[in-house]
Amino acid sequence: MQRLGTLYRGREGMWTWVLHRVSGVAILFYLFAHVVDQALLNVSPEAYDRVIDTYRNPFVGLLEIGLAVVVIFHALNGLRIILFDFWSQGVARQRQMLWVQTVLFLVLAIPPVVAIGAHVVEEL
Amino acid sequence: MAADVTPAPLPRSTSADRRQPKPPRGNFELYAWVFMRISGVLLVLLVLGHFGIMHVIDGGLDRINFAFVSGRWANPFWRVYDFAMLTLALLHGGNGLRVIIDDYARTGTRRLLYQSVNAIVVGLTWALGTLTIFAFTPQPT
Repeated sequence: MQRLGTLYRGREGMWTWVLHRVSGVAILFYLFAHVVDQALLNVSPEAYDRVIDTYRNPFVGLLEIGLAVVVIFHALNGLRIILFDFWSQGVARQRQMLWVQTVLFLVLAIPPVVAIGAHVVEEL
Repeated sequence: MAADVTPAPLPRSTSADRRQPKPPRGNFELYAWVFMRISGVLLVLLVLGHFGIMHVIDGGLDRINFAFVSGRWANPFWRVYDFAMLTLALLHGGNGLRVIIDDYARTGTRRLLYQSVNAIVVGLTWALGTLTIFAFTPQPT
């Protein structure tokens, strides 16, 4: 017998909800670290430049690509949630919105993946 | 006759209900919900702009150093931009984490502990970030 499941649980609506939470927490924790490293600007120019120099390697490059992908997902998914809540067609069109979101995600991910990916390759 | 039947009282909350969040406080949750949507739209613009400039165009991270930041923050526009982004991002992220903690904290004590840590870390990060942006003195290097 085919399992139909419920309206919500276990379907794409639940998984985007989970990913929205996980990506949100990841971005917030990144932000804490990011504010601390930028605080070195007021320690000394040398301290700041020394720490930024440690970011110029393929491993941090991959993390940077990961950050871009996570931020783009969270941004587009958030916009879809807003349309779902406020647009009169939001509920009826939610399946189509998820497809549009997926296409926009792939398009927006290209520039950072190509630009940062080029750094990763040349630093190898 | 059926009209005389009194419905059974609702079960009182027990220790098993500790995962339920606190009772509603006025309209706070409504305002928080609206804030998440307004700040979310603004953050999409601010953060994607920031990420594009700092990590993607024109070599990205390659050209970032103290001198580069000096040049940017010589213009007050970018200080206001960065301060707005910092403030909105911390309020948006801090509120998001507050909702998540309310969902998963198992006891009132733990909820208070996690919410306090969240509020303190967000507050300290905001203070440090604000200091970094406005105490900065551009230096020719």
